[in-house]
Amino acid sequence: MNWLSLFSDPNTQWILMGSMLLGLCSGVIGSFAYLRKQSLMGDALSHAALPGVCLAYMVTGTKSIFFFLIGAIIAGILATVAIGYITRNSRIKQDSALGIILTVFFGVGIVLLTQIQHSSSGNQSGLDKFLFGHAASMIKLDVYTIAGISAVLVALCFLFFKEFKLLSFDPGFAKGIGLPTILLDQFMMLLIVTAVVIGIQAVGVVLMAALLITPAVAARYWTEKLHVMVILSGLFGAFSGFAGTLVSSMVNNLPTGPLIVLSATVLFIISVLVAPNRGVLAKTRLRFSVKNEHKLFTNKQVKEKSL
Amino acid sequence: MAFPLTVKNLTVAYQKKPVLEDISFRVPEGKLIGIIGPNGAGKSTLIKAILELIPSITGKVEIFGDSYKNTRKRVGYVPQRESVDWDFPTDALDVVMMGRYGHLGWFKRPDKKDKEYALECLDQVGMSKYVHRQISQLSGGQQQRVFLARALAQDAQLYFMDEPFVGVDAATEKAIIALLIKLKSQGKTVLVVHHDLNTVKEYFDWIMLLNVKLVGIGPTEELFTRDYLQKTYGGSLTMLDSNTSPIIVSPR
Repeated sequence: MNWLSLFSDPNTQWILMGSMLLGLCSGVIGSFAYLRKQSLMGDALSHAALPGVCLAYMVTGTKSIFFFLIGAIIAGILATVAIGYITRNSRIKQDSALGIILTVFFGVGIVLLTQIQHSSSGNQSGLDKFLFGHAASMIKLDVYTIAGISAVLVALCFLFFKEFKLLSFDPGFAKGIGLPTILLDQFMMLLIVTAVVIGIQAVGVVLMAALLITPAVAARYWTEKLHVMVILSGLFGAFSGFAGTLVSSMVNNLPTGPLIVLSATVLFIISVLVAPNRGVLAKTRLRFSVKNEHKLFTNKQVKEKSL
Repeated sequence: MAFPLTVKNLTVAYQKKPVLEDISFRVPEGKLIGIIGPNGAGKSTLIKAILELIPSITGKVEIFGDSYKNTRKRVGYVPQRESVDWDFPTDALDVVMMGRYGHLGWFKRPDKKDKEYALECLDQVGMSKYVHRQISQLSGGQQQRVFLARALAQDAQLYFMDEPFVGVDAATEKAIIALLIKLKSQGKTVLVVHHDLNTVKEYFDWIMLLNVKLVGIGPTEELFTRDYLQKTYGGSLTMLDSNTSPIIVSPR
């Protein structure tokens, strides 16, 4: 298949569009998750979404994003409540609690998924694609839904930008001036879960966390301004979605999720290396120039002394 | 006239043992008050409980004769410097602008006036040279000043400061104390958690002695005595000279 025919195919256009919007909104939301040091929370929420989605399918028998969202939200709430409960009421720290809950939910999800596969209607459901994503299976309606929800998510992040910023930087101060921090916290979780759910089809639950976090981490290297970072992260996410989907539609049967994540990772590596100020190269160069200047300076002093 | 701060029977406990036990006091207007006590005495906890950042078991807090919910805009807060991650993508001015958020309400962005106000606050703490400096590039003392400027931007009448003098250089300490005195002269009330007993007499006109229970609150010259301090710190305090100007070796 050559490139041009790929772009002229309206179906591919739709799919590329969907993946880009998905990357955009997860990049934007992921920025806040990353800055709040909740990177792993995204991972837990996406893994927890699997049993919720499977149950939603088993109960309703349809593959609708709306029901999936309800199932994933319920599972996500259960998971966060469980993590919170364990952290508060035992000596187990949050990272361990996350590890426990994430794997338990994912395990349950796999059991349910296998159950669905073995049922009569299951073979056609395509739910097995939920693990690693299969963007090619998106239809026009899916893309519409993804586009609509992404737009709402990005708009919400724009509206609540000031509040999210304060909550991410200094939650104590935020609470002090009267922001309902607990409510905002839940709200942000809801945004993450929603991003995960619309990403299930294209990226899959296993790797969705990477699409939330990797663009944000990469964007952090380029700027010291939050709004620039959020926009950059969104663009990085969109590019990853685009590139990953493109490669996967050129090579047969490669799942989209891993390719999207690999694209994001390439961006991340480039950022680590060449970003101004924070990048490895910039830092090395700075170190060398400081060293050289210092050498020059001391040489001069030595010369002056000897004179 | 209502007192800036009235606390009645405040008790806070994380576990079974209370961290603060039955604290009751009133604070008059225009005083600079040092909260003093050993580690684990509940100094920071007291501030956090008053600001409802942590739940209290019993007790009532009134700020200007009203509940904190209704008086938030008249209260400023400087948390401990270590309570935030300074590698956040933002600059000094932006942090100070956060002090205006409480006056803005939902969705509204700070405007030009807020920016001017924030710049003025940065100027007051001697930070006008570092307005656009990324906050991780600031020294500890400068970060503390940024936090102070943010509290100033809150434009409050009652201030709570949690260990503003910890880990700052002499110049910053001088700048902070000058600012506190200025706030006092404007009739504002400032409560400061303080560690260095050597500077208590010099800095504060009132002190509050705390060790889980309230040992005493009142004018410094009345309370900053050997007896009261020994009562507050127990055996952990060594006084080298208990005459007119005691040199105190305080365990940190």
